[in-house]
Amino acid sequence: MTKNRIHWALIVVGLVLGLMLSTQFRVQQEKVYSSTVKRVQQLAQEVESAKVERDALRARVQELRTELDRAADEARQGKLRTELDNIRMQAGLLSVKGPGIEVVLKDSNAPSQPGDNPNLYVLHDEDLLKVVNELRAAGAEALAINGERLVATSEIRCIGPAVVVNTTKRLAPPYTITAVGDPDTLIAALEMRDGVIATLKFWGIQVTVRRVPEVVVPAYTGPTTFHYARPFLEEGGN
Amino acid sequence: MWVSIWLAIVGLVIGIGIGLNLPVFLPAAYAKYLGIAILAALDSVFGGIRAALEEKFDNLVFVSGFVGNALMAALLVFIGDRLGVEIYIAAVVAFGVRLFHNLGVIRRYLVGRKNETV
Repeated sequence: MTKNRIHWALIVVGLVLGLMLSTQFRVQQEKVYSSTVKRVQQLAQEVESAKVERDALRARVQELRTELDRAADEARQGKLRTELDNIRMQAGLLSVKGPGIEVVLKDSNAPSQPGDNPNLYVLHDEDLLKVVNELRAAGAEALAINGERLVATSEIRCIGPAVVVNTTKRLAPPYTITAVGDPDTLIAALEMRDGVIATLKFWGIQVTVRRVPEVVVPAYTGPTTFHYARPFLEEGGN
Repeated sequence: MWVSIWLAIVGLVIGIGIGLNLPVFLPAAYAKYLGIAILAALDSVFGGIRAALEEKFDNLVFVSGFVGNALMAALLVFIGDRLGVEIYIAAVVAFGVRLFHNLGVIRRYLVGRKNETV
């Protein structure tokens, strides 16, 4: 009788212990899985689907652009055609080439003094903005940074180690700014005394300006839809 | 003796089987309490094996120790959590030391040198 009781007790104890062990094991497993692996998998999946969607949209954009080109070809009626080309060039939708310059900007190689703010020796979005602004003021007709065309809506913004342009394009140093325009004027504008380049060089930032007889500035590839702006035709205007 | 051990192992296997296939899940917040309870239970089990080897196994002491230690350990950890004292460290150390002590005694019995001190 007592022997039997002991046996039952042992079975129950073993059962409870096994239950506890396996439950704890599962909880622990789930904890590790849920906190890291699951999240990573989920994010990877999201990235993957976003990529697929992006590719599809890109293909659609390409398709629509060719359609537009065809429509434009049909409208090949002298003046209208030239005007369209002009406007598309202005909007940055056409690749352009012509005489111009190429400016290469690299982070400072000057040894920073202890106690100095290292930020001063690194290229910033502001530096790019200043150069671009100067080039525009000097009559640059088309601009691109690292092959990314700058249009009227382009921003140049700091996102930590890189600079983002045209909302989605991340650019990393060294930055190559290509500009189409009168090379002499452009270079003179940049190399003005106490001008942009002088300021950048003060901090040891490496700037090289090169004259290019025929520089190619690629077309803008981002979206061109207007969500809010509508054409507003004033009376007596066009 | 061997029958008892086999019965315990059978119980253990069944318990693991049930636990792994249980649809309900323990919230991760209680994992700590269960862990300490497991430690206490393991301590009781090894204590029981040692007692059996020393031929002074008492069923009531064993079962009450198994259940009571596990519950008390979890309760103490819970109270410690409320008070902001990490009592579970004390539980881990205390049960861990006893566990290894008991294991040492069991090992000496198994290799047949039971009269040596641990």
